Amino acid sequence: MNSFAFLRAETASEAVKALNTKAQAAFIAGGTNLIDIWKYNLTHPELLVDINRLADCRAIIEKADGGLRLGALVTNADTAYHPLIESRYPLLSKAILAGASAQIRNMATDGGNLLQRTRCYYFYDANAPCNKRVSGSGCAAINGYNRIHAILGASEHCIAVFPSDMCVALAALAAVVNVTGPNGDRNIAFADFHRLPGDQPERDNNLQYGELITSIDLPVKGFEQNYSYLKLRDRQSYAFALVSVATGLELDGDVITEARIALGGVAHKPWRAKEAEELLKGKPATPENFAKAAAVILQGAKGYKHNSFKIELAKRAIIRNGMMALHPQSQRPGAQPSL
Amino acid sequence: MFIASDDIFHKVWILAKTLNPMENEHQFNELQTVRLKVNGEQHELLLLPWVSLLDALREHLDLTGTKKGCDHGQCGACTVLCDGKRILSCLTLAVLKEGAEITTIEGVVRGNQLHPLQQAFIDHDAFQCGYCTPGQICSAIGLFKEGKAKTREDVKELMSGNLCRCGANIGIIDAIMEVKDGGMYE
Repeated sequence: MNSFAFLRAETASEAVKALNTKAQAAFIAGGTNLIDIWKYNLTHPELLVDINRLADCRAIIEKADGGLRLGALVTNADTAYHPLIESRYPLLSKAILAGASAQIRNMATDGGNLLQRTRCYYFYDANAPCNKRVSGSGCAAINGYNRIHAILGASEHCIAVFPSDMCVALAALAAVVNVTGPNGDRNIAFADFHRLPGDQPERDNNLQYGELITSIDLPVKGFEQNYSYLKLRDRQSYAFALVSVATGLELDGDVITEARIALGGVAHKPWRAKEAEELLKGKPATPENFAKAAAVILQGAKGYKHNSFKIELAKRAIIRNGMMALHPQSQRPGAQPSL
Repeated sequence: MFIASDDIFHKVWILAKTLNPMENEHQFNELQTVRLKVNGEQHELLLLPWVSLLDALREHLDLTGTKKGCDHGQCGACTVLCDGKRILSCLTLAVLKEGAEITTIEGVVRGNQLHPLQQAFIDHDAFQCGYCTPGQICSAIGLFKEGKAKTREDVKELMSGNLCRCGANIGIIDAIMEVKDGGMYE
């Protein structure tokens, strides 16, 4: 029996303290990923600490610097449909609504979204070797059926991808993750939150054991005039991305003054290439220029037996999404792209 | 499997099961009191922490209208309303829902009257085997409360978490659209 003890925490410090009494404990909020993985017998927590009652993490608030703070326990649905998110950060709203289903978005929290485990088939198969699940056991995906796997930033130890849509938008928006832990509070830039697999693929992110996400800060810049989230997948809804692109643009007439492009479904973390964003600055927003940016973003991309198609798919998605960002009002409600 | 309907009898059964060292070791102190208001009726359950809300409803409260399909959040058959919002009862623990108000398919009827969605599902031939239907109907009630679906396309997108393997989807969307357009859902 994969059993665990249960404790309900009322404050963040109480939760952190309780978790750190055990070597194999986990926080639980929405539970949509943790309970799934627990049922597959892939994780064996001795203790689950329920953080749903933490009063300080349950709201979206306006910050003094003009940005917004998303409490870690706000659900994905409440975030996507929040009037301030819809008006000031529609890219985030679109990305959230492209992920999961309405039921899961009603349960899953913003903090938990950052902590999703990969959907690599071999990670989910307890009989297969997987360095992410059992360190040093090998990687069944590298020479296996690797259609959904990474084309950027992978290592010989792991070619899994990070599955979140929300986080692709958070990467493009340059969010900041606020955490508390046994050694106090700290802030982590979004680009530094998730990590590449390297030789420690068992670590998805740079949180220390026992650290708890309390909130996510959105900077003032929301790219609410010109943005688009494009998600390409095997079925049109309720499927993980093969490739997704979050694009935010600031324009002066036709000329790009600032660009943000982040990719999902291609790496162990949301992939953002600042070099390509710099390249677009001062240039007209044309398919040709987005193609140049795409070439820079995909340089160094490496396909495996079944996923090489993703390299060309990602390039075309970047171009198409760049052009879609010029006309965000043409995007339909829900998750579906307009083109 | 033995299911006790009497509450006290039920607790004794769980205690006996828990105290049996052959079956469960050292789990006595892990039993949790979980209060749930289900379809308007208050219940107090004594549950091990890993009992899903779905299993609490089906195995402990005998409300088998809510279905267990995949048990992994992929099919939507277990959809119930929790404090008015549609959720997947298989992907949450009952203990996480302490104090919550749950509505299952057993709770959507209005006296002797079917819920308009139930009637519409019959009228539009919106099921064959019927296994996904309780989840579809609870999900559609949640969809109406959310108020985000304006068009048929929106309804299709926002109902994508409920799978129908019989392929009755067109009838399902027809039924939901009829109730939505008729404003009969409140």
